[in-house]
Amino acid sequence: MSGQSQRLNVVPTVTMLGVVKARLVGATRGHALLKKKSDALTVQFRQILKKIVSAKESMGEILKSSYFSLTEAKYVAGDNIKHVVLENVQNASLKVRSHQENIAGVKLPKFEYFTDGETKNDLTGLARGGQQVQACRTAYVKAIEVLVELASLQTSFLTLDEAIKTTNRRVNALENVVKPRLENTISYIKGELDELEREDFFRLKKIQGYKKKEIDRQVAAAKAFAEEKVAADIALKKGFPLNSAHDLLTQASKKDEDIIF
Amino acid sequence: MAGRAPVRTMNSAFIAMIADEDTITGFLLAGVGNVDLRRKTNYLIVDSKTTVKQIEEAFKDFTTREDVAVVLISQYIANMIRFLVDSYNKPIPAILEIPSKDYPYDPAHDSVLSRVRYLFSAESVASDRR
Repeated sequence: MSGQSQRLNVVPTVTMLGVVKARLVGATRGHALLKKKSDALTVQFRQILKKIVSAKESMGEILKSSYFSLTEAKYVAGDNIKHVVLENVQNASLKVRSHQENIAGVKLPKFEYFTDGETKNDLTGLARGGQQVQACRTAYVKAIEVLVELASLQTSFLTLDEAIKTTNRRVNALENVVKPRLENTISYIKGELDELEREDFFRLKKIQGYKKKEIDRQVAAAKAFAEEKVAADIALKKGFPLNSAHDLLTQASKKDEDIIF
Repeated sequence: MAGRAPVRTMNSAFIAMIADEDTITGFLLAGVGNVDLRRKTNYLIVDSKTTVKQIEEAFKDFTTREDVAVVLISQYIANMIRFLVDSYNKPIPAILEIPSKDYPYDPAHDSVLSRVRYLFSAESVASDRR
């Protein structure tokens, strides 16, 4: 049963053999290309893995320092600074934009942050602790920078992971399913064509034999007829036909109604 | 590849946050916060009165919004809705688990980092850490 499913269901002809051979060539080339793509992606993937690990490490440090600067700002400017900040929120001045990066045909999003418009928090802490508040602000912007970097690494990680999985699946499918199937089909067609050739040859031999037998028979018949004719001619020349010679005897043996005794 | 949504380019997107008040305050100071016309914010302040349901809802909202590129979530809050965070597997918006002030950062809980560590050879990660 597995032999049946391991090849394509095609008519074994020379044309089909050419078609399947062309497909096998295509599959081989595709397999090589996909293998290369998978390797390229894996290289990229490993680099990203390394970067993610180090970025996660640095994220902890940077956030720790930014929390500390926030605490400083709160200590200097008073605890109500957070209410001022929370009330001041209107439009985001710090946004993220993404653009795509193409790695071996896989589009990876890359984020980058940008400031857009004036922040409303410029005057926060004007009464007291302005220095600390601004320091805290820069600390958090720095934290955002790291986080955005990490976010783009993480999305790249997920996208690449998916891409590598699909590529590897395709590579394996070509290697383990498509190529053996095409190879089996080719050997099947070749075997079938050989079989047909042998059959044809045998048939031709057989027909030749028949023809020969027939010719022999005809030659023999012609010879016999010619001999008979020659014999008849000789008899005719002697005065009585060949047939009448023993005709008397055969006539005599028959019962004649006119003869009474 | 067929099932994957095409990565869209965004010219300007927000950073959404689910965190405690102090963390939010810091990031708002940096200018991340946004309030739109319907008084909808791109952050959720989680305090002792916030229910898990609210957090779940905010998480779902932020991850489905078109204009959010990154979602920052405090790790102890992510632990409350761990099943949601772990089942989330879209590349955009990216979910980032950040340490919060009161709770130390535990890399073992991070959904992405655990996958990274699973893929990375164990010893090379272990030598980087600690």
